[in-house]
Amino acid sequence: MIEFQLNGEPVSVDLPADTPLLWIIREHFQLTGSKFGCGMGLCGACTMHVDGVASRSCILPIAAVAGKAVTTIEGLGSDENLHPVQEAWLEHNVPQCGYCQPGQIMSASALLASNPKPDDATIDAAMSGNICRCGTYPRIKKAIKSVAAVQHFDPATVSEPKVAGGES
Amino acid sequence: MSRSVSSLPRRSFLKLLGAGGLMLSMPTLASDMPLLYSQGDALMSDGLLQITPSGEIIFLMPRAEMGQGTNTGLTMLIAEELDTPPEMITVLHAGVGEEYKNPLFGMQMTGGSTSIMAHFEPLRKTAATAREMILQAASEQLNMDPGSLSIRDGKLWFAEKSYGLGDFVTRASQLQPPENVVLKANGNLRFIGKKQKRIDALAKVTGKARFGIDVGSPSGDTVINASDQNIPNLKRAALLRCPVIGGTVKSVNADAVKNLEGVQQVVPIFNGVAVVAEHYWQAKKALAELQVEWDLPELAKHSSGDIRKTFEAALSEEGQTAFEQGDSKAAIASANKKHSADYHAPYLAHATMEPMNCTVWLQDDVADIWVPTQGPDASQSVASEYCDVPRDNIRVHSTFLGGGFGRRVNQDYVAEAVAIAHASGLPIQLIWSREDDMRNDFYRPAASARMSAAINDAGKIDAWDVTRVGPNITGYTIDEMAGMFLPEFLPGGFVDWISKRGHGVFENWTVDHSSIEGLWEEYSIANKTVRQVTVDPGLRLGFWRSVGHSFSGFFKEGFFDELAIVAEEDPLAYRLNHCDDMPRLAAVLKKAAEMSNWQDREKLAAKGRFLGIAGVFSFNSYVAQVAEVSVEAGQIKVHKVYCAADCGRVVNPDGVAAQLEGGIIFGLSAALSGSITLKDGAVEQSNFHDYPVVRMNEAPEIDLHIMPSTQAPTGAGEPGVPPIAPAVANAVFAATGQRLRELPLRLA
Repeated sequence: MIEFQLNGEPVSVDLPADTPLLWIIREHFQLTGSKFGCGMGLCGACTMHVDGVASRSCILPIAAVAGKAVTTIEGLGSDENLHPVQEAWLEHNVPQCGYCQPGQIMSASALLASNPKPDDATIDAAMSGNICRCGTYPRIKKAIKSVAAVQHFDPATVSEPKVAGGES
Repeated sequence: MSRSVSSLPRRSFLKLLGAGGLMLSMPTLASDMPLLYSQGDALMSDGLLQITPSGEIIFLMPRAEMGQGTNTGLTMLIAEELDTPPEMITVLHAGVGEEYKNPLFGMQMTGGSTSIMAHFEPLRKTAATAREMILQAASEQLNMDPGSLSIRDGKLWFAEKSYGLGDFVTRASQLQPPENVVLKANGNLRFIGKKQKRIDALAKVTGKARFGIDVGSPSGDTVINASDQNIPNLKRAALLRCPVIGGTVKSVNADAVKNLEGVQQVVPIFNGVAVVAEHYWQAKKALAELQVEWDLPELAKHSSGDIRKTFEAALSEEGQTAFEQGDSKAAIASANKKHSADYHAPYLAHATMEPMNCTVWLQDDVADIWVPTQGPDASQSVASEYCDVPRDNIRVHSTFLGGGFGRRVNQDYVAEAVAIAHASGLPIQLIWSREDDMRNDFYRPAASARMSAAINDAGKIDAWDVTRVGPNITGYTIDEMAGMFLPEFLPGGFVDWISKRGHGVFENWTVDHSSIEGLWEEYSIANKTVRQVTVDPGLRLGFWRSVGHSFSGFFKEGFFDELAIVAEEDPLAYRLNHCDDMPRLAAVLKKAAEMSNWQDREKLAAKGRFLGIAGVFSFNSYVAQVAEVSVEAGQIKVHKVYCAADCGRVVNPDGVAAQLEGGIIFGLSAALSGSITLKDGAVEQSNFHDYPVVRMNEAPEIDLHIMPSTQAPTGAGEPGVPPIAPAVANAVFAATGQRLRELPLRLA
């Protein structure tokens, strides 16, 4: 039995310890916002926050999140209470097919939580693990910068994982 | 037959249930299969637009939304004639039906950058018809002059007083649709031509948009595809295929698999062995334990090195004439100044972010298929060949597509999923791994070309002569499409026989246009010849974003740049000197040059940045791009791309901009790194480490200009792709003096 926090709620699963977190989230918890793209941690479509750190859940065995806090796109914000990164994505009309965007948003929100004012090189480094075949990168970069331009983080809370109360 | 509608948007569902009353039957509604959501006495217009008694406006989206923005662009056309914001219109993916066919293709295929050009007028007429019928019904019902009434923001207005549209649909649905309707005048347009945010963006930033792969987990209630539902006892499947496409199972030993946790069944199908399990991860892990011997196809005899040699040898063959004007051979033979060069492009994979997948529920005499597809009718037709359910009893539920780029025109993954469901007797979702996807694509064909030209004493090109070597796409696609056009009563074997004629037909009867398109059209040159030599190792082929232009744009614009150097002219001026027949191409070339400060590029060169230009006419649009490139330590870095595009009249400028940006980055992946190679017939690449694509750190800044136009709308999804590879190659030449004639671009 492995216990962890999922979007703020305590949960437990009784499954082989090597099962990747992604498939447990998608099939057992029926949260399908996190996507399967490569199965090797190469494309970032499956990105979730584990204790606030952007993590590739397609290669993360469930055993590795025991006792930790997992946040998926469903827990980041809701329709009524969007995360600032989601707002910026709408403002810059970022998505095309949209398949990679939950992963992009999870990477961007983790970046901005740890570094509220990233420069171009930092954005490139943090976001280069997320592939978008539709080519939305220029808009993603603009959206991230627009959040960075306005956000004022309390340094005391920066290391806290973002856990929204949104039900899914 | 039981159908759960639990996942319908609840709001709409309750309204529809409560509708009751008169059931409207329109002659255009050839099939009610996909129209779960069209019950009740709604007003239907052309089977595409429905206004319910509760006043909800529902648009059954006839084209696939694969990122190109068709949900937004086509809804804007409806919105315009109803004078109602697109956000107030409910958009549902359509199933299979006559009314959803692409008017340009006679089938439901979404492709060829056609969605706006094909639907621009028809959809406006559909909405205008509904508008006129409601106005007439309202004038009768309210006993008012129709001229005093109008529709706006989802309501019917009389001066300052508004009524719900639903109040009039019962009466409207009994009226004869007017034969002619007047579309809104250009000067009165409220949405067309103005930037519109995507109407699916909220669903896509919250993770709620439902793709094919999400169908098996029916959570949440914001479901844009209303036919999504809970499938009882759904299992997941993974499939082990032959390493060489086309191979079949000789023998299988599944002893090590059958008792693994979660495994339900092991079923051999036409091209491999499937494991059906409770969960995907169990199925995927079990595949590794299967022992399978394969019968290999002919393709197993070919490797990329040999294929390349065969292509090169074939460049001096005569081939079939695809285009001929004047006598290019004679002109080149007698010219004082001539030039010739060979160009090469590799096979490419689409690598959509969402791997192929399909969910199938076969019941006694009906079947339901949930699939991200570019052709729901082709999905239906292919599915019927792999189960016992007649074509018309197969309901295809389209979903959002996690990328298409042409890959989802082909229906192999539907065939596999149906075959697995049929063999196992279970409802299943088949999910491909990335490795499956990379190694079982319908690939962009490899191609080589010998480009030759003569330059006359005035410095202008007098003759243009191209021999293109490579395989042809169309035969492979005919294999899949034939079933759709042939009567269902024909025996399967006959359909198979007819469809397999594709290759032979195209090799000896006519030249496949997609093999040679883009090799000669743009420039005004007196003598032009294009020939095709077909060499086909047998790797299956498909439509890849911009199709033939994806390689011919590189061949033509790279070679044209060489000719400008030979003629000792500025590459921009040289192009403009040969643009007499294409003033719109000249205009975008000039604009891109102006944006990039082309004339002052020497100053930029002093800073180590170099410019290259290219212009391509494709999908009836004109696109020019200037790439700003540096070369350091043998690495090509594209810093910025200036792009001017003429796509005719633009419906959504921001949608066109997104497509051009995306086209540039898609094309840049091919320019810098894309290559699929074969070893003994097996594709050597497997995932994004050995098939790298452009990532954030390699993505250039993009400066766009969309030309204002009053011409008919033309393509936007694909025309951004072809110019980028030659623009970068031409900039690399400016930077290094090295002329790169092979993709992906590699410095010596």
